[in-house]
Formats: sequence, structure tokens, C-alpha cells
Amino acid sequence: MTPAAEFRQFHAQQLTRRAFFSRASQGVGALALSTLLRPSILQASEPISGIRGVLDPPPLRAKAKRVIWLTMAGGPSQLELFDHKPKLAEMDGQPMPESLTRGQQLAQLQGVKLICQGPQFKFRKFGRSQTEISELLPHLGSIVDDICIVKSMTTDAINHDPAHMFMNTGSQIAGRPSMGSWITYGLGSEAEDLPGFVVLMSTGKGRAPQPVAARQWSSGFLPSKYQGVQLRAQGDPVLYLNNPPGISRASQRGDVAAINAVNRQHDELVHDPEISTRIAQYEMAFQMQASVPDLVDVSGESAKTLEMYGCQPGDGSFASNCLLARRLAERGTRFIQLYHRDWDHHSLLREELPLRAKEVDRACMALITDLKQRGMFDDTLIVWSGEFGRTPMKQANKGPAGRDHHNKAMSMWLAGAGIQRGLVYGATDDLGYAAVENVTNVHDLHATMLHQLGIAHERFSFKFQGLDMRLSGVEGAKVINNILL
Amino acid sequence: MIRPPALFHLLLASAAATTFAAEPPVPAKIEFNRDVRPILSDTCFHCHGPDAKAREAKMRLDIREEALKPAESGETPIVPGQPEKSEVVRRLLTSDKDDLMPPLKAHKPLTARQKEILKQWVAQGAVYQKHWAYEAPVKAAIPAGQKGVDVLVQKRLAELGLKPSPEADRRTLIRRLSFDLLGLPPTPQEVAAFVADTSPDAYTKLVDRMLASPHYGERMAIGWLDVVRFADTIGYHSDNPHNVWPYRDWVIRAFNENKRFDRFTIEQVAGDLLPDANLQTRIGSAFNRLILSTEEGGAQPKDYEARAVTDRVRAIGAAWMGQTTGCAQCHDHKFDPFTTRDFYSLGAFFADIQENAIGRRDGGVAAPSPEQEKELAKLDAEIVEAKKKLAAVETQFDPEQKKWEAELAAKLKADIAKAETTPRLAKAVEPTKPGETTEPAKVEEPPKPRIMLPELEPGSKASAQDKKAVQQVADILAKDAKDRTGNEPQVVQTYFRTKVSKLGQAEKAALANAENQRKKFNDALPKVMVSTSGGKRTVRILARGNFMDESGEVVKAALPHYLPQPKIEGREPTRLDLAQWLVSRDNPLTARTVMNRLWKQFFGTGLSKVLDDLGAQGETPANPALLDWLACEFMDGGWDMKRMVRGIVTSHTYMQVSTVTPELLAADPYNREYARQSRFRVDAELVRDNALAIAGLLVPKIGGPSVKPYQPDRYWENLNFPTRNYDADKGESQYRRGLYTWWQRSFVHPSMLAFDAPTREECAAERNRSNIPQQALVLLNDPTYVEAARSLAARILTDCKGTDDQRIVWAWQQALQRPPSSDEMKTASTLLAERLTAYRADAPAADALLKTGFAPAPAAVDKAELAAWTHVARVLLNLHETITRS
Repeated sequence: MTPAAEFRQFHAQQLTRRAFFSRASQGVGALALSTLLRPSILQASEPISGIRGVLDPPPLRAKAKRVIWLTMAGGPSQLELFDHKPKLAEMDGQPMPESLTRGQQLAQLQGVKLICQGPQFKFRKFGRSQTEISELLPHLGSIVDDICIVKSMTTDAINHDPAHMFMNTGSQIAGRPSMGSWITYGLGSEAEDLPGFVVLMSTGKGRAPQPVAARQWSSGFLPSKYQGVQLRAQGDPVLYLNNPPGISRASQRGDVAAINAVNRQHDELVHDPEISTRIAQYEMAFQMQASVPDLVDVSGESAKTLEMYGCQPGDGSFASNCLLARRLAERGTRFIQLYHRDWDHHSLLREELPLRAKEVDRACMALITDLKQRGMFDDTLIVWSGEFGRTPMKQANKGPAGRDHHNKAMSMWLAGAGIQRGLVYGATDDLGYAAVENVTNVHDLHATMLHQLGIAHERFSFKFQGLDMRLSGVEGAKVINNILL
Repeated sequence: MIRPPALFHLLLASAAATTFAAEPPVPAKIEFNRDVRPILSDTCFHCHGPDAKAREAKMRLDIREEALKPAESGETPIVPGQPEKSEVVRRLLTSDKDDLMPPLKAHKPLTARQKEILKQWVAQGAVYQKHWAYEAPVKAAIPAGQKGVDVLVQKRLAELGLKPSPEADRRTLIRRLSFDLLGLPPTPQEVAAFVADTSPDAYTKLVDRMLASPHYGERMAIGWLDVVRFADTIGYHSDNPHNVWPYRDWVIRAFNENKRFDRFTIEQVAGDLLPDANLQTRIGSAFNRLILSTEEGGAQPKDYEARAVTDRVRAIGAAWMGQTTGCAQCHDHKFDPFTTRDFYSLGAFFADIQENAIGRRDGGVAAPSPEQEKELAKLDAEIVEAKKKLAAVETQFDPEQKKWEAELAAKLKADIAKAETTPRLAKAVEPTKPGETTEPAKVEEPPKPRIMLPELEPGSKASAQDKKAVQQVADILAKDAKDRTGNEPQVVQTYFRTKVSKLGQAEKAALANAENQRKKFNDALPKVMVSTSGGKRTVRILARGNFMDESGEVVKAALPHYLPQPKIEGREPTRLDLAQWLVSRDNPLTARTVMNRLWKQFFGTGLSKVLDDLGAQGETPANPALLDWLACEFMDGGWDMKRMVRGIVTSHTYMQVSTVTPELLAADPYNREYARQSRFRVDAELVRDNALAIAGLLVPKIGGPSVKPYQPDRYWENLNFPTRNYDADKGESQYRRGLYTWWQRSFVHPSMLAFDAPTREECAAERNRSNIPQQALVLLNDPTYVEAARSLAARILTDCKGTDDQRIVWAWQQALQRPPSSDEMKTASTLLAERLTAYRADAPAADALLKTGFAPAPAAVDKAELAAWTHVARVLLNLHETITRS
């Protein structure tokens, strides 16, 4: 070992040792310096394989190895999709009882007379469980015995932006880490040369979709390496992934080698552990330049698979993204979040909702079927959810009838990784206004997800601004045990 | 040696356990703030601290008198000097799981060392100290002629048995200083001149030169813009622009002009309320408008009114007080004395600011820069001048009018005379019917001569109304001047001046033109949202932060109860009172907070590491005397920022080498004692500035509207209302410094984000300093850096006429201000040769590479050669050393 290498090793040991001494009393959150935990620091030339998390291995027995979160951005109407309310149909056109709505938050219906609006589509019973869901979701119906529908979810926020923040970070204050960042921070990622937290975006072929800000996949106060990386359908699949014009892969390799050689020579002089990390990151970046195109190239997928998802390679559709989600899952990415935009049906509910439903229905079925066929369903947690629900009241001030934002009740579903199959959990009142049975909330959902990943949510914290910040908040979130196997 | 995997497992095993064999020893003399408070705060105060609602067993340990009283159970928590009689000590040490404190469910087990500290502390009398940051800072005496920073750092080093490191070499010093004070690399010429300057004050001259540079203000502004969350857009949902960039320039100017920090503070918080308020102080008050806002349909005004209150309180807490206040939005702070009432009372200071709770922001007021103010003044002067000229002409009006009237009178007289001499004809009217008589003949009077004005002439096209008015004038003119009454002289004068006289027409046109010029200039001025005071909104304590709950008590503006209060009697305090209180000599927090951040800029870590929390959950500084001395020096020296910067950067402590010996590394691995300098990657903006400067592309213009560097296509595709295209700026705006980059809160420029620039949605005192693959992708592939590389290559080939080796040396000098080592030379020349061969065989590839970016490539240079050198330049721009300040 050269004196420099010896020094470097000594340096790393000192830093690591000290990290524990000075921070030992601060709980898990203290172990943020995970770069220091990486053995590769001691062998600068060793490439990084994946990212190790601070909880590696997780403290509880993990049912889920990864999460695929399907975000239906805009807030799909549970009253047309999952929460069948015959009584609401009876009351169609009648005033909404004030006893329910008095003093509650309203968004675009502020100052408007509140009128009941019955379901706009029919419901059918599916599967052995005879679960009743919308006629708009026949493919989901075909696998309804594999999923667990929760009808009693509630949230705090009632506008899109804060509601997404709340769903993603457990807080309506900007600057908090999103759940994908929390989870890769805790568990790391097994993906070699791919990010541990990937975001994919698709937009319905409808009207003006709601904006979705990059803060929704920000790592907040956690180290930046845990931030979500957006995989884009057009342009560079990952920002700045492609070589500049005129530079081939071989020539890029040559430059990276020269950069790393000079960095290594500099390290011999100044012994800075950041340099070894920098070298490793250049190698990682270079490898990503090959592995990401390989990931998004679905030419190896069978025609049967493509047909099942119902997508054309590279069409940027939700279905394509579901297929990519499976490919990411196979490659070890820890948290995969899909957004499908344009569910915000203040108006044109009858006209637009069937289109959105069609865009996701088959793909969701295909994703679950595909994961099952590959033996990955049992250790993948799949969540389908909007950022809030929609009102049983009619909204007619924006054109043909729709429904307004609603936070007292929403429906969502979970599947895979230790989640009960064919279960319907929780219920709303007769008019679908408020969750009344087994009422649950976003913090509970986060706690449940962490639990399935083997993480005790109340112990999983990071010190920020003097506080032990947690994804599941400080208000006593509870794991929703009744939906678990 | 330990094999890496084994070491790794060892570490994991250690992490899982809660105690360590090699904990530092328990100090002989326990000190409350250093040793005890961190333990109590982290493990006890949650249930036995300031938050009454969370308090258990009605027992609190944060106040000594309370801790010494018998608790509900009859047991006394703390009996000073008698740990064996103290219930707290018993509960810490017990093996009974039900009795153990902290309880197991809290997941905060104490280490053996922590238990021993608490026990010893009780044994030594359980002496409390007020939390260090709430005590007035104490200024250590510094022997005359010595530097306070060095004296206090070295005193502490001596206690630890450490010695300061030697001074760094000149090249390192100037490079360090350039990044720290200007955010730009030094040129090789500047380095050579400094190295050659043998005068004893070479270094201080360098410091003074940099403090006088306009780029100093830019460098200092970056950190401040983070803590006040300055950005170009509103943040929520549509994330549309709001007009605030003149505030950014105001900040830069304030640092450059070395505006006293107390005044700097007051103008931001209450610049509109100052007795001597002017446009510049109002621009400063844009600080209050930097909050997030929304235009989302269905947003509830009360919701966003509440968000604005909390946003502003957090900002004051972060930027000046070093206090995390956010948790008090819902409940009393669990670790600091900051209560929910304090939170909303602080929020009430801002209740007078006029703004819509939701919807489109107001455009703001015109905000000329000082240069533009000069231009405005010039335009105003031109108007005055034009008016003067017109006035001068006007003195000629009256004589002219006299002349005119005289002429009219003369003409009238002549007409009358003429009329009198005209013979009159008379004709009898003959009867036409029988019985009629003949009428006697009448003499027909000719029309009486009158004053004739053009409008009254037969055939005039004047309107009936005009004719009537002019007839009035004519009637007055017919009178003798002395017989005219009331406004009659005015009527005549006006008519003469506007309708008759040709005098002053050019002057009038000149005035109109001057006024028009000013209006045009004024309308094109940038606008900025400022604070405008008006009727106050009601602020009430919101239970659990819920804006729907209107049952909470209404509060008036009040300062946090636990800090020294100014005497304000008979009126509610205002924002101006708050501003003055923040920078009063009695406020123990502001100067410490600001100096702690300043220290971080020059050493990489704050003296108290947690920059945004000097409270109980923050870190007690290892060297409190130093932070206190800096704070006192800052306040007593007139809040003079440049003086403090000079004091720090001219200290030996600052000038030390950043290399480390194994002994020092073992003793102080994170360099918290400053027996050496630190090395760290420069901030996101500086990564860009550095590359552009080396490439010779940087446009060093100060201030102006935010600019749009190259950004990947469709990066904004998820924005809506409206959807937006991003058009990268052309011309000089493409090559501005990073701090002028358009700051889109929901989609911050991705290469800035990759290097940890905050989104500025929330106040950020701290930036991560990450080292991630995305940074490599940016430096390798972002067109900004590719263009910089090919521009540097062009400089190498045009500015250095020599051999390849000489050119490599020259290039190294540009980027790193040092020659390459022989290994580096070999790496570079091998790369160059390989690339040259390749491009000679592949001209299209060279062409494609050289087309990246808008900057033209020199025509006279061989393309293959230019492309090959681009790779050498690219390597340089990607080096760890290039983006590191050491």
C-alpha cells in the first residue's frame, strides 16, 4: 500500500469513527454520512454498486423490497371509480345536507349552492370477492382479487400543489424530502448504475393538466443523492445523459479516464476523501450513460408483453411507463413513482373520466400480471392514488358538470408485498361525503408503506432545524394493520 | 489493515448498538450548556419541557426551580448535590423497564456516558445556565495589536494540545480569497503579481482590492438570497413570475456599498415605514414579498393568509434569529421557549402589508437602478430646461399681445371711419295691394364695423361653439383694456397665446418631447413588489395551525417573550420596531446568527454547525468565546460587514494550509477547531462562474433582469397555466454569472440543482454539499460547459503561441493557476494526440462538437485541432481541483 493510500484509509477511518462518536446519541438520523460507510471510499478505484442506505439491512422483517407508486395527478373521482353510492344517485339534484358540509373546506365551490350529483357511471361486481368497481375499469376488475381498495383515505390539503406535497412528503411546507428520497436514504438501492428513486411522467390526452413541480420528488433536507431522477420520454431520458454532439462513447470514456487520472494524481498530494467519491461518481455517471438507454430500450420485450400493456415503445404513455417501472424494478431501483396527469375534472366529468380510466386501466392490470409472472409481485408494493378525492356535490360553474376537490374522503388501492388481496377497507357515509369507517390518513399510509419495507416509521428520522423530522409526521401515525396479510 | 468489508460490518454492528467503548471521557467539571443541556433537550424536554400541552406528570426539567420541587408522586426530581435522592437519577439508572427514563417507547436510550454526566451534574449541585444563545454575548479581551480570531482560536487549540498549521502558499491564498470574496478564479497574471509582491502588506492590499471589487457584492449576495428565499416565481401551482429582481440588485449594492448591517436589516423588514423612506429603502422592503403565493383556482384566501403569516415568521427566524420557529405554528416549541403565542404575535407584525391573499401578484412600483435614477434625473432636468426656455419666450407674449390688440383696434378704427364715409341708400317700399300705403323710406344701416377674428370671418370652418367663444373674445377686445372685468383679460390672453401668436412653438414641442421621453423611460423601468402598509388583518392563534379554526385568541404584534424587550408604551409595536429590535445591541441572536453564517463562508462549517438553529436543539459552539467576540465586534464596530470580513480573512487562522497531518486528522477530523483551513467544492453558482471565467466567456456585468442560460428542452413541460417555453438567452445574457440565473421555484435550473442550489421555496441557511453522478453529467454534457471547453480551447490556440506542451502549461495556468505535474502533462498530451488523430479522420464530428453553444468559433483555427484541444479543456473544467476551494 502506498503511503497515500494508507493515509486515505486512515482518513476515512477517522471520519467514520468520529461520525459515530459524535452522533451516537442522535438515533438513526445521525447516520447521514452514508458516503463514509461505503467501503469503496477505502478503495478509490472500486466503482459504487448501488447506494447503501443508513438502515441497511432494515430493522423489521421487510415484506416489500421496492415500491411502485402510481400517482393519478389531479384527483380522480372515487364516486365514479371505486366508491359506489346508490343513495347519492337517489339524491341527485337535491341540496347536499348542510349537516355534512357546514364549516368544511371547499375549493371552487366556495359560495356556491351545494347540490348532490349521483354517480355518472355504472358499477359492476368483479372477481371471487365480488368487489364493486366502475364499469370504466374492467381490466382492473379482472385482477380485483389481487388488490386492496381503501375507501376511507383522507388528506389535509384541498389544493393540488399542497396536496401533492402532503402526499409525497407528509407536510404541506415545501422543502421536505419526498417519500422516495426517504426510502432510498433509509434502504439505499440495489440498482447498479441507475438511480434509486425514479420518476416517470405521462399526460392524459385531455385538456389542461395540472402542473406538477419538481419539488414533489425533491430530497429536501436529505442529501441530494437521494433526490428523484426523472426519466423522460423525450429528449435526454435523464437530464444531461447524452454525450455532446461529436463525442462518441469511446471518446467520452477517454475523457472520463483522463479526468479520473488527474483527480487521482491530485489526491496523492492532498489526500481528500471527496476526490475518491468524485472519481467514483464519474464512473457511475459514465455507466449510467449506457445503462439508462439500455433500460428504456424495450425492443427486447415480447410482442405479447407489449400487447398486454397496450403500448408502443417510446410513446411516453402511462402504459409505457408501467412497463419501464417493471424494468426498473427488475434492475433494483427502490422507489418508482409514476405520475399520470389530467384527472382534475371540475367539468366534463362524463366526457373526460372514461378517457383517463382507459389510459390506466389495462396498464395497471398488465403491471400486476407482469410482476406476478416474474415472481416480483410478492415483494413489490404497488400504490394507486390521487392527491385528494372529489366532492359528491356537483360542480357546474366551469362548464358541463364535474366535481370539486375534496379531502374528507378518497379511494385508493394498494397491492403486492404483504397487502391483503381482494379486500375493501373502510367506508364513507351514504352520500360519500366523509370517510366514517376505519378512517385513515396520509400519515398512516406512509407508516404502512414504511412498515412493509421493514422500517419502524416512528424511529425513522433525520435531524433538521433541531428537530427529528419523520416522513410519518409527529401526530401519531398508525400502521393500517388490518389491510396487511 | 482492516479489509473494507470487515470494517463495514463492524461499523454496522456499532451503529446498531447504542454505546461505544471509546466514548470521550466525562469531564471533571460538568458544564450545563456544553454537557447537560444537549442530553436533556434531546431526550427529556419533549415531555418535561416548555410545551405545557405535552408535559407529563406536570414535571418540567428545563427550569431549575421547577425541577427542584417535589413532583406529583411526592418524589423530588432533582436534589442538588444528592444524586442518590434525586428521582431523575434513579429513573435514569434503574433496571426496571416500567420506571426507566427516557421510556423505551421514546427510542432515545441514553449512553453510559450520558447517564454519568447527568449524575455528576446533580452531584456537583445541578447548576443551570440559561441557554447560551439567549444570554448576551460576552466580548473577550484581546491584547492590543493582536487579532481576535487568532487569539481565540489558538487559545482553544492550546487547551486541546493542538497547534495552528503554517500559512498556505501564495497561489493557494489568492485562489482561496478570490473564491471566497469574489466567487471568481484569479487570473494567472494576478497570481503572478501577488506571488512576486514582496511588500509586507501584499496580502492586505489584495484583500482591500477584492473588498472594493463590485464582484464582492455578488459573492456575498448568494448566501443572503438563500436565507431570504429570493426567486423569480411565486412557487405554488402555476409558479408564474413575480417582480422582485431589483431587490437582488439592491442586496448586491448594499454589500458593495457596505451598508451597515443594521440599516440593511431595517430597510428590508420596514423600509417603507422609515421616516426617511425613499425608493431604495422601499426596494429593500421587497423582502416581505418574497413569500410563496398561489394562483390556483379554488384556493381559499384564509388558507393562504395563514401560510403567509407562517412563511414570514419562519423567514425572520431563519435570516436573523437563528431560531426554528416552524413547529410553534401548531404547538409550543418543545425544546426552546418559543411559544405558539410568540409565533403568531411575531406574525402580527406583518398584518399591515397590503397584498392579495391569493391570485396574481401586484406589479409593484417602478424601480430604477441608481444609474437609471441618474437617467431619470437627467430627463427631469431636460423637462425643467425646456420649461425654462418656454418661460423665457413667454415674456415676449405681452408686448406682442399689446401690438396685436393695437393693430386690431387700429383696423377697427379704420373700418369705422370707412363706414362713416360710405353713402347710405334709401328706398321706399311701394304698396303691393290696394289699400296699402306706401311706407316711408328707411335708410339701410350698413353692418357696424366689428373686431374681426379669423374664426368669425365669413366662410370660416370653425364650429358654432368655437364661433361663440371667439365672439366673446371679440366682444371683450372691443372694450377698452381698462373696462375689462373679471377673467376677461385672461380670456383674451389665452386666445392670443394659443390661437394667434406663433411665439414659442418650437419650445413647446421641445417640452412635449422631453415629457414624452421621460414617460417612455419611466414606463420601461423594471418593477418591484414592495411593502405597503395599510389596514391590518386580524391575526389569531390557530389551534394546531388550522386556518379553519377561528376560535383562537386574536393577538397583537409582540416580540418573543423570552428575549430582551424594548420599551414601547401606549401603542402597538410596528414592523419598524421589530426591525430595530432585530439589530438592537440587546438582541443576543442576530449578530451571532449572521457571524456564524459568515464563518461558514470562510471555513466551510459554522462555529455552531447548525446554522439555522442556535436554540436548544442546535449545537453549542465548541468555541463560544470566538462566536461571541465576532458578534460583539460586529455590533460595536457599527455592523460593518467589510470590517468583519477583513478581520477574518487577514487572520492566520484563515491563511493556514488546508492540508492535514495524521495527528491533526485524528484529533479533529472535521476541522471544528480550525487548526487548519478546510477544502470544499464551491457553490453551484460559482461552479458556473469559474468555468465561464476560465473560458473567457463570462460577461461581468452587475445586476439586471434574471437571465436564461441553456436548459434542456422540455424541462418545464409539467408547468401549466400557462404552459411555458424556455428560450435560452442570446448574446451577453447567456454568459452572466450564476446568481443571475432565472430562479423558477418549482423547476430550478437543473445544473444549479445538481450542485445543491436550493429551490428557495423555504429560507435556506444551509446548503448541502453533495458529490453525485449528476454533477459529472452536468460538467461533461451541459452545453454551457461544452461551450466553455471549446472556448477555452480557442483561447489556448489563439492566445498561446507555442508548442503543445507550452499550451498545456498555459491551459493549466488558466484553470488552476499552476503548472501541470509531469503526470498531468503526460495525461493531457496523450489525450490531445489521440483526439487529434481521431478528428483528422472524422471532420463531421469536430464540426458537430464545435457547434455547441451560441459563441462563434474562431474561423482561422484548424477545426480538428480546436476540437482536440476542447477535450483537454474539458478535462480541466471537470477536475475536482477546478471546482474546489482549498
